[in-house]
Amino acid sequence: MSPVTAALLFPFAGAILLLAIPENRTDIVRRVAAIFTFFPLAIAVTLFFLYDHARGGYQWLQKIPWIPSIGVHFQVGLDGINMVLLLLHAICGFTGVLISYRIQERVKEYYIFYLLLIGGVSGVFVSLDLFFFYLFYEMAVIPMFPLIGIWGSGDKLYATMKLTLYLTAGAVLALVGLLLVYLISGIWSFDLIELQRYLSQNPIPAHIQTFLFPFLLVGFGVIAPMWPFHSWSPIGHAAAPSAVSMLHAGVLMKLGSYAILRIGIQLLPEGAYAWMPLVAGLCTMNIIYGGFVAMAQKDVKFIIGYSSSSHMGYVLLGLACLNPVSLNGAVMLMFAHGIMTSLAFATVGHIYDQTHTRVISEWGGLSKRVPFIASMFAIAALASSGLPGFGNFVAELLVFFGSWDVYRWPSLAAVFGIVITAFYMLRAVRTGFFGPMNPRWVHLEDAHTPFERLPYVILVAALVLVGCWPGPLLNMIGGSIETILDHLAPLRSVARL
Amino acid sequence: MVAHPETAAAIHPPAWSVWGILFLPLAAFLAISLVTRRSRGASAGLAIGSMGLAFLSTVNLLVCQIRSGGHAALELSVPWIQISGLNIEFGLFVNPLAILMCLVVTGVGLMIFIYSVGYMADDPAFSRYFAFLSLFAFSMLGIVLANNFVTLFIFWELVGASSYLLIGFWYEKPSAADAGKKAFLVNRIADFGFLVGILMLWSLSGINLLPKTLNFIELEARIPVMAGQLGTSLASPLSMVALLLFCGVLGKSAQFPLHVWLPDAMEGPTPVSALIHAATMVAAGVYMLCRTFFLFAAVPDALQVIAAVGSFTALFAASMALVENDIKRILAYSTLSQLGYLVMAVGLGGYTAGMYHLTTHAFFKALLFMGAGCVIHALHTNNIWHMGGLREAMPVTTMLFIVGSLALCGIWPLSGFWSKDEILALAFERNKLLYVTGTLTAGMTSYYMGRLLCAAFLGPSRDPRHHPHEVPPVMYLPLVILAALSAVGGFIGIPALLHHAQAAHVEFNMPVALISSAVAVAGLALAWRLYGDGSTDEILLQKYKAVARVLSNKYYMDDIYRWINNRIQQRTAIILGWVERSVLIGFIINGVAGSTGFCGWVLTRLQTGKVQIYALSIAAGLAAIILAGWRCLL
Repeated sequence: MSPVTAALLFPFAGAILLLAIPENRTDIVRRVAAIFTFFPLAIAVTLFFLYDHARGGYQWLQKIPWIPSIGVHFQVGLDGINMVLLLLHAICGFTGVLISYRIQERVKEYYIFYLLLIGGVSGVFVSLDLFFFYLFYEMAVIPMFPLIGIWGSGDKLYATMKLTLYLTAGAVLALVGLLLVYLISGIWSFDLIELQRYLSQNPIPAHIQTFLFPFLLVGFGVIAPMWPFHSWSPIGHAAAPSAVSMLHAGVLMKLGSYAILRIGIQLLPEGAYAWMPLVAGLCTMNIIYGGFVAMAQKDVKFIIGYSSSSHMGYVLLGLACLNPVSLNGAVMLMFAHGIMTSLAFATVGHIYDQTHTRVISEWGGLSKRVPFIASMFAIAALASSGLPGFGNFVAELLVFFGSWDVYRWPSLAAVFGIVITAFYMLRAVRTGFFGPMNPRWVHLEDAHTPFERLPYVILVAALVLVGCWPGPLLNMIGGSIETILDHLAPLRSVARL
Repeated sequence: MVAHPETAAAIHPPAWSVWGILFLPLAAFLAISLVTRRSRGASAGLAIGSMGLAFLSTVNLLVCQIRSGGHAALELSVPWIQISGLNIEFGLFVNPLAILMCLVVTGVGLMIFIYSVGYMADDPAFSRYFAFLSLFAFSMLGIVLANNFVTLFIFWELVGASSYLLIGFWYEKPSAADAGKKAFLVNRIADFGFLVGILMLWSLSGINLLPKTLNFIELEARIPVMAGQLGTSLASPLSMVALLLFCGVLGKSAQFPLHVWLPDAMEGPTPVSALIHAATMVAAGVYMLCRTFFLFAAVPDALQVIAAVGSFTALFAASMALVENDIKRILAYSTLSQLGYLVMAVGLGGYTAGMYHLTTHAFFKALLFMGAGCVIHALHTNNIWHMGGLREAMPVTTMLFIVGSLALCGIWPLSGFWSKDEILALAFERNKLLYVTGTLTAGMTSYYMGRLLCAAFLGPSRDPRHHPHEVPPVMYLPLVILAALSAVGGFIGIPALLHHAQAAHVEFNMPVALISSAVAVAGLALAWRLYGDGSTDEILLQKYKAVARVLSNKYYMDDIYRWINNRIQQRTAIILGWVERSVLIGFIINGVAGSTGFCGWVLTRLQTGKVQIYALSIAAGLAAIILAGWRCLL
């Protein structure tokens, strides 16, 4: 069995095992969840270092025929791009389990759904078969519904309903696109590698690609989230329990941009070239509009939520430029933003569990009581504002460098976006953590024990490591980006001739 | 790692010692924040030790430099980002300019670190303070040593962040927390321009199909070609790049109109003001101009704009110092005004003169700030009108402060005289208008420093509750060293260390020197006449009410920014927030959801479950069909 399959199966195995554990033994439940998310992390880290750069391409492939009559195979494998995203997912998943140790209500069910969610998302990242890709995609959406609906807060029913409907609608649109690609290709295979190989030699005519691409762009763009389809995401983040927000903003949103890159751009390059200027325009709205809306928010989770949709604009801008520098930046930003935003949601969750309010102006001076958590939030805020030393800076810089000569005005707007981010992020730090302490919160507890601090330490370490020494990560991403672009270049010239 | 080709024969210090200058303070920061947080002595020791080693290492660089005849340059770099189409290295470039600036940062920094031990002795967050100071030193040295624009920008931003942490060090105080945020944000706005300038320069540098670069040495070689192809008028892209990069300087070196953060930054601990807001960080902008002077020298029209901004800031800031009552803010305005001088000097092409004054200014302004710190430490007030009579109570501090003030005023033979004179002589040659504003600024400088001296030190004691006493030696000994440097800094050959082919050179100009000395003395004399007898501002303020109001409201600049912030930025946010909530979500999205629900509700009316209604519908339908057929039959 390929180690990738193992990493994929661990969360599902954990969920099944949890079914057998009595509900009142929450200590065992938590430990099982931690162990079954730790192994995928260990595998992801190991594979990251074992990946053979000289060979490149997809590695640790495993292919099992599933429904041969219509060309469905269970196929998994990793190249530089989904390797990085699997690593991100494993980090967020494991730290999320640790953060969730605070949950007291229906612990067993919570962890079962959480592990199913993790398994589903892993499946999307590692699947190299369109059928399974779609299956796991839907599988990730389903546990989200109870996780927010039961363990969430605020307007949770509205949020979870909206989120599910949006993601499903997007998925259906994408499904139409995927099926059309499948049918038009005429080789009766959902195998992504085979499809890619076939389509790069026998490209779909440009005008048909141009017709098909919007299905994938909008369908996956909903989850990316591309403006104006973003509004499910801030409220979804806000209503979800902390660990789910972490996974949601940190990883789930990356599924959209990943799918656009992996399926949209790779299978329909002509379509991508035709539609990317529009994406560049829309992502400007993400960045600027999202930033200003974040500025108007009072609930700190909404601030981070809108900030996420603003930052995903950079990822989309990176995708829109279709050059190695910007695509590297986009993938790296998916990683860095995922870690950063998980850190932010983890800290907010720590405080919300005790204050039961997230209105930032009601906090005030918390640094005094919770210095560790406050520093973590400040780190997240500074990283989000693109401070050097953290991964976000490198990634955003790459997007800027890549986009500057391609889309001048959107890149100017994007650079201005870092000013806007600094405004609302530092204001949140100032209002929530600095100034005289609000006497209501004298009972607040910091994260004291090393175990409580572990998830934060992991996240900050990851963020600083890739920020100071981006080489290994970029090396990993870069090779696969080159492959994608190599596919595009001849195709493009053939089509033009 | 590569050595700069021109230096093949030069004597090089070992590479690790150069990396050490940069990374020692970082190591101290990490060690303090991760290990020695609870031990005050160890934290201070680590910070001071690392800074001392960095200083010694810099001295070693200087020695190597002198032994190799003053032209050695050394470049060290490691690849950082390598993607096809973008190759960015993390690198250091050591040349005489960098050595001088390194000496200033580590030398003056070391004095300030030592002083801080006394100043912050009672602070519960002593270790955090030294951690942040070390982080700042690391960032600042990074700016000084960087060999390309991206590395420079990294440290440029880190300096902003560590300054944010240090200004807001006493974060429980709302004014300090606000000031830190303001400093960061104003700098961020400036850095928007800076980053755009870097992107534009990168894009332009790929001239003649060369790979694009941001490396200083490679750019220096390419700029003439670029200038040749792109033109050098004010509308040319190269001038645009220069002015955008200058945007960054507007923020870091607090030039008009982005000067507003510096006076507020005085909320930080006083040694921080001395280090960051007098000697080093604010000088970073000017240093950057000198470091990349090859670029600015190619676009003379942009340099004119830079000189004009500098000279305006010099005059503008000095005028606000005239009516200020807070001792640190007086010094802050004075810093703004002196930074204006520096920018003006570089704008006039006086690279050497600018760096010369930057160095002497670092000595005497750090001295003045720390002197003020001694007073604040003793009296717990910043208001000069609550001070007075310190001559008897704090004789050492008073003496030191007077030396610093006279150096700042440019009194012969103190260092300020020589360096300021070089700038004025240059202005006299190049641009008479700038010369006049420069001289006027010099007069105002002496006046406000005279006023400060009279009120705080020389005049009678005004508040009997104060019983000030002299500060401990750990605080005044560093000041003695800085005072000595401020006094003799004019004779140690700083200009001789710096060579630049494109820099303007001026000779000592006797008439200029005499005029500026006369103006300086006149300013001091006027202040002595007005305040020497212990009188306060009241009569003057009454007499020139309108002027005083404008000045003490800082030309309403803060109010303008507040207006922009509240009325434009915040309103845009609120309007877009409303659009999001009410139009996009409330109307469109929930509208779609609602109308779907409504259709469903209407359709459920049809499914009543009552057989008679179904029968009726069937009958009605049948009737309709028969009727339709009937008409055909007819």
